[in-house]
Amino acid sequence: MTMIADEGAQELRPRSELTARELLREVGSVLRLSEAEAAKLGDLPEDPDEDQTMVINMGPSHPSTHGVLRLMLELQGETVLRCKPIIGYLHTGMEKTGEQLTFMQGGTNVTRMDYASPLNNELVFSMATEKLLGIDGDIPERAQWMRMLLSELNRMSSHLLFMATNGMDLGAVSMMIYGWREREEVLRFFQKVTGLRMNHNFVRPGGLAADLPPGWRDDVLRILDLLPERLEEYDILMTGQPIWRERLQGVGVITPSEALALGATGPILRSTGVEWDLRRHDPYLRYDEVDFDIIVGSYGDAFDRYAIRLNEIRESMRIVRQILDKMPEGDYRIQDKKVTPPPRARIDESMEALIHHFKIFTEGFKVPEGEVYVAIESPRGEIGCYIASDGSPTPYRMHVRAPSFVNIQCLPHMMRGGLVADAVAVISSVDPVLGEVDR
Amino acid sequence: MTDSPEEQTEEVVEEVAAPEPEMFGCPMTESRGQLVLHVARDRYLDVAKQLADEGYAMCVDLTAVDYSKYMDRPLPASVSPERFEVVVNLLDITHSRRIRLRTQVPEADATIPTLFDLHPGTEAMEREVFDMFGIAFDGHPDPSRILMPEDWNGYPLRKDFQVGTIPVQFKGAAS
Repeated sequence: MTMIADEGAQELRPRSELTARELLREVGSVLRLSEAEAAKLGDLPEDPDEDQTMVINMGPSHPSTHGVLRLMLELQGETVLRCKPIIGYLHTGMEKTGEQLTFMQGGTNVTRMDYASPLNNELVFSMATEKLLGIDGDIPERAQWMRMLLSELNRMSSHLLFMATNGMDLGAVSMMIYGWREREEVLRFFQKVTGLRMNHNFVRPGGLAADLPPGWRDDVLRILDLLPERLEEYDILMTGQPIWRERLQGVGVITPSEALALGATGPILRSTGVEWDLRRHDPYLRYDEVDFDIIVGSYGDAFDRYAIRLNEIRESMRIVRQILDKMPEGDYRIQDKKVTPPPRARIDESMEALIHHFKIFTEGFKVPEGEVYVAIESPRGEIGCYIASDGSPTPYRMHVRAPSFVNIQCLPHMMRGGLVADAVAVISSVDPVLGEVDR
Repeated sequence: MTDSPEEQTEEVVEEVAAPEPEMFGCPMTESRGQLVLHVARDRYLDVAKQLADEGYAMCVDLTAVDYSKYMDRPLPASVSPERFEVVVNLLDITHSRRIRLRTQVPEADATIPTLFDLHPGTEAMEREVFDMFGIAFDGHPDPSRILMPEDWNGYPLRKDFQVGTIPVQFKGAAS
């Protein structure tokens, strides 16, 4: 096989080792610009003296890199000239694993990708499988609304985790404790519903694993009553604080056209003023039946991204209240014998049901040939699932379009020309989950 | 190829009966209601440019599939199956519509032009496809491995890269 690509170094190389053309290419690749555009840049010294710059390494084990992100920064004094994220430290081949697991088992795999919003991962995988099976129109109403409830609560818990880590990264250490405290309230509800705090494997092809437990409504109401005043505390602690604003405003600015070109989605894209939310513009589940606002920013800076996430928690609470009112009675999973195992009671009285149950869990169900890409709005942006099926019970290829993986490409762009102290604020505002970046 | 030649001719006859729908001269199909464009490799860049002008200005996803164990997949009659397929999902946010490009890439010459100049956001995704499938992107500014270590041998998401049969590789570790 002929290979034209040379497997070059992953690291940022010092300028002295690069030819002018290589440097241009690298600036272009780091900034995600074409060579022609990179050549036009005149805002920074293009060729600073080698002895005035240094390349430093940040991570992979650094408390504010949200896991195992490694950044190589080229600094001139305190100014970041170049930055290159180096990823892969958490790569466990989940897409390869996805080819070994049946569609029934696949949820256990995808739920571990974005561990801060596992239910959204399961949801997109289940929706892609259902589309391949052709049953996406037959999912019972209650299942759809339950999925929405869990998805929105997960968005809240994920954004609360962001509040905690963003506060911690910028020195508001008490915020870390507060954010985690509130997130725990939501996780406690998840534990009651799914049995686990994280990695639930609760949303499954065809519906959900179980119905909501008795008393779920009171638990959700308790969270909804508790959170607004806590969020106001956040406003007092952070939003209005001059120190907080100074630290975030004007930091890590990105323009709408840059965000679109880089493929950024979610709060990063919305912070630039682009109103794009798949819940509104490509509605799935029953998002077209609830009333909510899309929060957009105007400056595309780290403060906008913080404010968007804070207000998205409020919007999610608004959606959850409507879900509580509209939650229909009925079945929580499709009664399609092909996909759904028989209920436990039937297994005791029917041999066929026992065999059926056994076959679904050992062999899985066959999914017709075809390929499909389904995307939903995760807390971090568009999470997509591309599945190609060859008609067997395991996906022929299962690919997850991870929002963090794409969003992390904005880092070099946002950091260029900024201060090294702001680098942490920028990483934090992108809110990457490294489990999802590396998969 | 697992199909016998007879079965294949039957399929072709069926598909030729109806005229193939097309866009920019590329056969267009629907997969579960989603628009799929089968683009030849030499027109890949050109079609992506034309689609960008049509409004599909955002490349949300770029991935590949190794079809070496599933060569008899359903494809339009005019597209001959190759081992690899590069799959690009484009999004038009003004009209909220999506289109998917599928391009056949032969094993003997596993290269395809890069979309980087058109959609800079494909940088990491193309590196991932190179890392996982060994498909080279012609003109890519940084053709290095992204997830695997840079001295890794083989391309993990290829179907002939077996799970569990290769000893774990670690840099500098005594073997």
